[in-house]
Amino acid sequence: MSTLVAAQVSETRSSSGFRFAMLLPGALVTFLLILFALGLVLFLAFRGNDGSLLGSGFSLANFATVVSDPLYWTVTLRSLVIAGLVTLATVVTAYPVAYYLAFYAERRRGLLLFLVTLPFWTSYLLRVFAWKIVLAYNGVLNSALIESGIWSQPTLAFLNTPAAVVVTLAHAYAPFAILPIYVALETIPKSLIEAASDLGARPFTSFRRVVLPNSMPGVLAAALVVFVPTIGDYVTPAMVGGPASTMIGTLIQSQFGKANDWPFGAALSVCVMLVILVVVLVARGADRRYGSRT
Amino acid sequence: MRVERLGTQRNGRWLGLYVLAYLVFLYLPVLLIPLFSFNDSIQAAFPLQGFTLQWYAILYGNSALSGALLNSLVIGAIAASGATLCGITISYMDLYGRSPLAATISAIARLPILIPGVIVGISLLILVNLVGLGPSRVAIVLGHILVALPTTVVVMRSRFAAIPRTVREAALDLGASDWTTFRRVMLPLSLPAVLSAFMLAFLISFDEFIVVFFLAGTEPTLPLYIWSQLRFPRSLPTVMALGTMILAVSFIIAGTAEFLRHRGLGAVRRISASPA
Repeated sequence: MSTLVAAQVSETRSSSGFRFAMLLPGALVTFLLILFALGLVLFLAFRGNDGSLLGSGFSLANFATVVSDPLYWTVTLRSLVIAGLVTLATVVTAYPVAYYLAFYAERRRGLLLFLVTLPFWTSYLLRVFAWKIVLAYNGVLNSALIESGIWSQPTLAFLNTPAAVVVTLAHAYAPFAILPIYVALETIPKSLIEAASDLGARPFTSFRRVVLPNSMPGVLAAALVVFVPTIGDYVTPAMVGGPASTMIGTLIQSQFGKANDWPFGAALSVCVMLVILVVVLVARGADRRYGSRT
Repeated sequence: MRVERLGTQRNGRWLGLYVLAYLVFLYLPVLLIPLFSFNDSIQAAFPLQGFTLQWYAILYGNSALSGALLNSLVIGAIAASGATLCGITISYMDLYGRSPLAATISAIARLPILIPGVIVGISLLILVNLVGLGPSRVAIVLGHILVALPTTVVVMRSRFAAIPRTVREAALDLGASDWTTFRRVMLPLSLPAVLSAFMLAFLISFDEFIVVFFLAGTEPTLPLYIWSQLRFPRSLPTVMALGTMILAVSFIIAGTAEFLRHRGLGAVRRISASPA
């Protein structure tokens, strides 16, 4: 209702100059930098590589290569599995933290929220590097295990494994996951939970049947913000993953670097965006299913 | 009060322990960097050798490093200004502009969250090559505006939404133009959020690597410099000394941004609570 009132009030005065000036920066950035630039990637994906900037001809050859070459299947599948595992690990470990923040933290809530989001504002590169020095052959974990007498010899088993990639990425994106889940838990009406317990639900039952379904929008949002940067990442696989953890982001990056086949790199990017689109649609579908419960 | 209904104190204690362990997991790897930056060994391993400041001494007077640092600071300041300006105008028009265009812009502005950095990087690389700019500092600024945009839009949007609509309506009713209302009422009321958005955008730009990797010309930013140093085992302790300083500054800026965000919210609450 207040929207209606506001509409009537300012309808009479809004000058076109004001509207133009206020819309201009956003329009430039969103239409030119986002939509047009992404359109260029889509365009390039259908072109052949002739060494020129925008390539030549139109064909599905790039996509045919992606589909027919098992290498790309392997890498895509691996990226999906690693990004999926990172997302799962991050969301599952973040949930209890968000739960504590929403229902138990009381006076410490502000400080705790700050503490869990602080690492997000520090260098991503340094956090990945930190894991490299933890997991290295001459690194912290090995030397600590030997110093404490648990291990007698350093092991190569930590670094350059897909597991190292999962742990490092789960650590790097942890702060992303807590906030959306916390916000979702915060917005659950407390009366709903009280009603559940009044009706005789035990704490676990009311968690499983009331709190968890109602927090699913937050869980899905958290999963998306972890999954999206993870699937395109090439820094972590390069630093702690070794050759066995090459991901699709690494392939895209090399097409624009060493291989110098931009149209093919663009086609790989389009495939990644398609994967993300599917994930977003699935998440949205799941969201709607949970949304209808309340 | 609500604690009793949701679970027992005992559950809370277990959860509290879990949160503590989680914080250790979050911070322990990061804190290794300062720890080893003072260690008198080229190897980052236990046991610790002697205490030294030599890695910090190496940093001092390194022209490649100071060039990269200056580059990052300038790019960060410009990109954060651009992202904040866009964040302010986009969210303001989204909330008060009531045009489909404003709503569309606002929706697209939050889209970069759903695009992996590598794709943001290559799409801008194609764009800047198309317009003849090529990899350059300007290209990096554009990239960083894009990466920071969702954050500034979200911060500004929640602030504008927290200001009671009656405040803007009163200004308009008293005869202030849209410009005056924006400049003299809405902007001052959201100033702490503007500063917070700027600082967060600056931090994002300062730390950003994945996008900048494609867009940097001959002058690297600080993360690119670090990346190039990581290949040489001999320079790792120096990288840790540099990393320690970056961590310290990032913590301070993030802390200040957080403080401003809350202080601003307090001001908005006071206004809404005061008798009309």
